Order: sequence, then C-alpha cells, then structure tokens
Amino acid sequence: MAALKLDYSVLDAPQRATDRIEADCAREIHGDVHAQNFKLPMVENYDEFQREVVDYVKPNHGTTTLGFIFEHGVVIAVDSRASQGPYISSQTVKKVIEINPYLLGTMAGGAADCQFWQRNLGIQCRLHELENGKRISVAGASKLLANTLYGYRGQGLSMGTMVAGWDLKGPGLYYVDSDGTRLKGQRFSVGSGSLFAYGVLDQGYRWDLSVEEACELGRRAIYHATFRDAFSGGTISVYHVNENGWTKVSGTDVGELHFEYYPADPVENPEGGKGAGGGKDKDAAGDAMES
Amino acid sequence: MSIMSYNGAAIIAMCGKECVAIASDLRFGINQQQTTAVDMKKIYKIHDHLYVGLSGLATDQATLAQRFKFRHNMYELRESRKMRPETFANLVSTMLYEKRFGPYYAEPIVAGLDATNGYKPFITGMDLIGAMAPTDNFVVCGNNEESLFGVCESMYKPDLEPEELFEVIAQCILAGVNRDCLSGWGGVVHVISKDKVITRTLKGRMD
Repeated sequence: MAALKLDYSVLDAPQRATDRIEADCAREIHGDVHAQNFKLPMVENYDEFQREVVDYVKPNHGTTTLGFIFEHGVVIAVDSRASQGPYISSQTVKKVIEINPYLLGTMAGGAADCQFWQRNLGIQCRLHELENGKRISVAGASKLLANTLYGYRGQGLSMGTMVAGWDLKGPGLYYVDSDGTRLKGQRFSVGSGSLFAYGVLDQGYRWDLSVEEACELGRRAIYHATFRDAFSGGTISVYHVNENGWTKVSGTDVGELHFEYYPADPVENPEGGKGAGGGKDKDAAGDAMES
Repeated sequence: MSIMSYNGAAIIAMCGKECVAIASDLRFGINQQQTTAVDMKKIYKIHDHLYVGLSGLATDQATLAQRFKFRHNMYELRESRKMRPETFANLVSTMLYEKRFGPYYAEPIVAGLDATNGYKPFITGMDLIGAMAPTDNFVVCGNNEESLFGVCESMYKPDLEPEELFEVIAQCILAGVNRDCLSGWGGVVHVISKDKVITRTLKGRMD
C-alpha cells in the first residue's frame, strides 16, 4: 500500500535562491584562494618524478633583487634578465610584482611560481580587505604567502621573494621563500647576484639616506651585481614605498648605466695598456700573447 | 655543467676580400657565476698574417696558445719562413688529436692569409680533438654557437673590404653575445689584410 508522502519543506526556514548562489560563490572564491586543487601526476614515485621535472620549471634562474628600509620608506631594486641555462631568454622581465598600491613583491627563482603565487597573494589580500574593512599589514600579507608556500613544501616550487610595503606600523620588509622561510628585516637581497649586491648595499647603507640617495644605492648595488653576475642584467627597476604607497622611480638600461658610471674613453685606455686601445685605427695587432 | 663553459667565450672569424677578420669577447668568468675579468682576449697572434682564437677552458687556452707559438717559432727557426695558415691548422689539429683520450678543453679557430698564395684568406674551426672544418665564409665557436651562427648567417656577405668586414664582424659578436650569459663584456676585433692589421676593442654591454 502506497504511503502518502507529503512535502513538508515549506515549513523549513525560507531559503532564497540568491542565498544558495552566494554560498556557492563564496565556496568557489575561498576554495580558489589557496588553489589547493592542482591535479597531481599519476606516477608511481612522485618524489622522483618531481626531481626529474623540477629542472624544466625553473626558467628564471638568474636574478638579483634587493630591498631595504630606511628613514623615508622602503626601496626595492631589481634587474630584468631571464635565463635558461646560459642562454638569455629575456632582458625585459618584470620582476617587481605590484600586489596592490601599498604592497610590492619581488621575484627570484621560478618566474611562473612567483607570478602565480604573488597574484594569488593579491587575491588573498583583497579578500582580507573586503572582510575586515581595512588594509592588510605587510606582516599579514607575507605570512599569507609563507603559509601558502609552506603548504606546497617539497613539491618543487622555487621562489625567493621579498614582500615590501607600508602599513599602520610604517614600512615593512619580509623575505619569504619556497622552503617556508619568512624573515623580517631591514635589508635583503635575493638571487644569484645577491652576494654582489649585498657588498655594495651594506657598504653604502645608512638609516638617514635621502630618497634620492637610497634609490641610487639600490640602483648601484644591482648594477654591480649585473656586472659581476653572469645571470643578472638587462634593466634596473627601482621602486620606492612610503605612506602613500609605492611609486616606480626609474628603469635604467644597464648597457648605458655602465658607461655613465665608468665613461669609456675611445682613445686613451683607462686600464693602462692592458687593452688594445679602443678606436685606434692602424695599430698593428696588439699582441694578445701578453695577456 | 660542462667544463667547456666553465669560463665562457665567444669567437667569430670571417673571410673578406683579400682579408680575414677574427673577433672575440672579453669576459673571463669563474665557474659560470662570477665575472672575474673583462679584458681577456681569446685571440692569439702567431705571426702578422695568422691568428688563432681559442674558446673553452681558460687554462687550456693559455697552454695551447703557448705551445702553438712555441711550435711556430721552432718552425720559423728551422725553415726561415712563416707557417702558412693551412699548415698551421694541420699542426693544431694534430696537436689536439695527440690528446685524443684526454683532450684539452679548448676549441680553436684559425684565421690567416696565405702569403705564398696571393694572400688568400683561410679560416677554419675545429672541435676539441682537432676535427678541422675549413670554410670560405665564417666560423664561430664558444658556448653560444647557435646565437652567433644566427647573427652571422643573417649579416655576412662575401667579398667585403676590410672596413666593411670589421663592421659586420663587430656587429655580429656584439649581437651574438647579448643572448649569452657567459660571454660579452666588450670585444676585440682583428682585421688582417695584406699590409696591415686593424685591431680595435669594442664597447659592449657590461652585464
């Protein structure tokens, strides 16, 4: 005998269709923020596979980036070269990622990893702003990134980034990398040319640098790194962050900058006879055997 | 990392009309990473009409250059004449093959004019165990051969006068090394013609 079935759902709390859509949207947004839904490769030994492919996904190997805090804010300076092995794949890479008007990220290591996760950080920061009605602190932003990266630890991400910006506490600068390290500091330099940059930066740094001096110091430090480091070069971009947010101060081609710092005399040889005197016309064969 | 790109180099040689040109970059790097010097010419003079360029490991470059010069001096003393470029190239080839099973990590380019044959241009490239590849247009070597070949293919044309040849080879070496991390930092060009050698250092990107 068939039981009489009544639909009692009308007695439940009324639910509007828009509520459901909103909930779905929220789930989608929040699910996507951490983007923890990458498909993993179907291989027997995941670690071995990861080691094998990790070389292919590190195109942006060489880099020099730096950032430091001083009296008038934060200065960020970066080069613009991307290399694949010894081959220069681009001289015009944008290595400063503008997360929002008060936050900058720098890029060293895997280009795709940095771009994707810093953009992702931008989303997280915006959501934080919408939820809390105020801007996220630099500490908070860098921690969001560090936590995201820690979640992918051991899966082959390759990033060495700085998160710099201005919040209620003033200037902020953090180093975050794909191992999950997160460090607060006054001066950082990241990338293959970082040691060269540190040399110049530490030597020329003072707390009471003027904005112009600080930008010049950043530029000079990157320049020296591009000179010594084979994998850094291209154009030097300098950013300054203060209480009004970041501004791009300059973009200088290293090819020209070198001869601005060290003008090349076409006739006289500044190194005193080591080279064959550039521009000399019929100077019969500078004897290379001597060198 | 290959030992051939430990120090980094880029060398080009080109034939012109009764002249040859040979050019190299100036970088000397250590372990790829560090640019230690920016005035290291990789071209060595054998005599007024004969130059050899050596790419590869710097220590082997130096050793080979000295041995080549020594062998040429001995030849000159014994024969009272200078070596023809082709003879010299054969000597280089043989000397490299002597070390077939433990080679010098250097690839030479020989460029010269043959005084016994109306100053005919001669250039040849070689691998590190002496496989000669003589051509009558241009040869390149270094760790960025592909890029150098690319620019040379598009800019070279035969029978250029010395000054034109200088312009072409200078543009080629500068453009070629701009795509290479391990070479560049300026360059040097020698244009060898019958009665003079034009030697110029080039101003290039220093990154």
